[in-house]
Amino acid sequence: MTVVAAPVPQATEKPKGERRTPRGRRALVLHLVVVVLMLIWAIPTVGLLVSSFRPADELSTSGWWTAFAPPYHFTLENYSDVLNQAGMGQAFVNSLFIAIPATIIPLFVAGFAAYAFSWMEFPGRDVLFVVIVGLLVVPLQMTLIPILKLFADWGLTGQFLSVWLAHTGYGLPFAVYLLRNFMGSLPRSVFESASLDGANHVTAFFRIALPMSVPAFAALAIFQFLFVWNDLLVALIYIGLSNSDNLPMTATMANLVNSLGGGWYLLGAAAFISMALPLAVFFGLQRYFVRGIVGGAVKG
Amino acid sequence: MDSDLLTALEVVVGVPAVLILYIWLTERFITPLGDRWQKRVRPWLWIVPALALLGFFLVYPTVQTIIRSFQSRSELRPRFVGFDNYKWFFTNEEGIGALVNNVLWLVFFTGFTVGMGLVIAILVDRVRYEALAKSIIFLPLAISMVAAGVIWKFMYDFKAPGTTQTGTLNGLLGLVGIGPVAWLQSPGWRLSTFALIAIMVWMWTGFAMVIISAALKGIDPELLEAARVDGANEWQVFRKIILPLLGPTLAVVSTTMIITSLKTFDIVYTLTNGNYDTEVIANLMVKEMFTFSHFGRASAVAVVLLLAIIPIMGFNIRQFRAQESVR
Repeated sequence: MTVVAAPVPQATEKPKGERRTPRGRRALVLHLVVVVLMLIWAIPTVGLLVSSFRPADELSTSGWWTAFAPPYHFTLENYSDVLNQAGMGQAFVNSLFIAIPATIIPLFVAGFAAYAFSWMEFPGRDVLFVVIVGLLVVPLQMTLIPILKLFADWGLTGQFLSVWLAHTGYGLPFAVYLLRNFMGSLPRSVFESASLDGANHVTAFFRIALPMSVPAFAALAIFQFLFVWNDLLVALIYIGLSNSDNLPMTATMANLVNSLGGGWYLLGAAAFISMALPLAVFFGLQRYFVRGIVGGAVKG
Repeated sequence: MDSDLLTALEVVVGVPAVLILYIWLTERFITPLGDRWQKRVRPWLWIVPALALLGFFLVYPTVQTIIRSFQSRSELRPRFVGFDNYKWFFTNEEGIGALVNNVLWLVFFTGFTVGMGLVIAILVDRVRYEALAKSIIFLPLAISMVAAGVIWKFMYDFKAPGTTQTGTLNGLLGLVGIGPVAWLQSPGWRLSTFALIAIMVWMWTGFAMVIISAALKGIDPELLEAARVDGANEWQVFRKIILPLLGPTLAVVSTTMIITSLKTFDIVYTLTNGNYDTEVIANLMVKEMFTFSHFGRASAVAVVLLLAIIPIMGFNIRQFRAQESVR
């Protein structure tokens, strides 16, 4: 993944109604530009959504926009075809089994590390942190073969544990960077007074650092969840080669398209089914996500 | 179904419990130590899980790759070949083509995502339906690469001239009477590379926008109001106040985008696999590794990629130091 944690200037919640909304001709131009941008960004997805409801034989002979003119040919067949594929239900469950721990583990591991980097003194702290952030640039594909060899020796291939750990490892540089920037900007005085009151670091972490960093954790959780849920490569290499029963939904989708050859008319429906949960997560946590980055700068 | 239930339990209760137990137990174990020793040992216990995982999944393979890049193809008895693999990369047409393309990616992908992200963040800040607009523009980031590939196959679809075009873009061009363009099969002017860059810009502009928008909202509105009262026009407010204040944020977003552009792989792999002059470094590496099984060359390509990113990391470290001194 990549870096967020921007040093955001002082965050002040803007009261409603203070928005500078221009009037007159300038307003018209503004609305026009924004609406056009929204259309440009939405059209590719809308096109696929419409296509996913169209009969297979029409897909290859006419553009999706013709569906809005008579005769209105829409069908749910593509969706029922995809859902009735053997193993789709199990694949959905597998995706959850993979994505949930692969999101929780890096949150904790990175949280501990970020706390230590922010609020404990030790030699080599800055150098170590820079090295961890530097690891962001390692291309994931490069690591697959050496790791796979070790996993095979240890009998870990095909098990959920292997992808949990792998996604944790790959997600950590980003996670540590984001959380360290957030936690490091929490006011020092809070931790000092907690320490005076006799709280140890474990208490300080769970009672102060964690609750105060909820937005950052939420932002990170969204990213990591999306990344893991949408991942095909890691699951295919560490799980798929030895135990295809544990494969996530992305793999089943890819399989569906490949094995049927002419199954590309199912692609649209398949893509939307796989997008449903990430979109729900995104819209559900979106509020926190934005605040996670804004709130990051309660500079002490 | 029993094993599923067990896994579910493990997932929901077991995993967090183990992690919390770890940090609690380590605190227990070091309590009997003296205060000085506690202070020395504790930080390491807190970062050891992260270090172990990073060491295993990222550092170890990197070291292996660097060693392997100086060795020959044979998997069983690799032989030391010096810089041969690097020489191959910098003298063959594909390697140079990939480098050129990655430069195009770096300039145009980074420029467009950050530039559009900034413009959109500023524009939507002034309309009532800001949340809706932002959601639409951020949405592509929630889509998997496989799905994004499918979406853009429909956009870029190309049928022989004269037949009905089913691709959205060629359909639009047909309306104004321009012949269909083979978006993904055109090496000339590296059109296909730009077509691929457009897809990634579509996906990542939302990311830049959300972060820049957050920073924008952090700017004290009274500061801007004061400038306006003093007679500054909107452009001056933007140029002299907003832009400098957004500086650090823009730097971080740009760095992120540069790293993303250099690591570009999925979209090239799924849509063109490097054909029609769209090759990029990461795809070349995967090809050498999985198609040609030439691990020496694949490793050398990976090392080139790592080296390309070092100057950017240097810049990032300076940023980090600067921020540290403010705290």
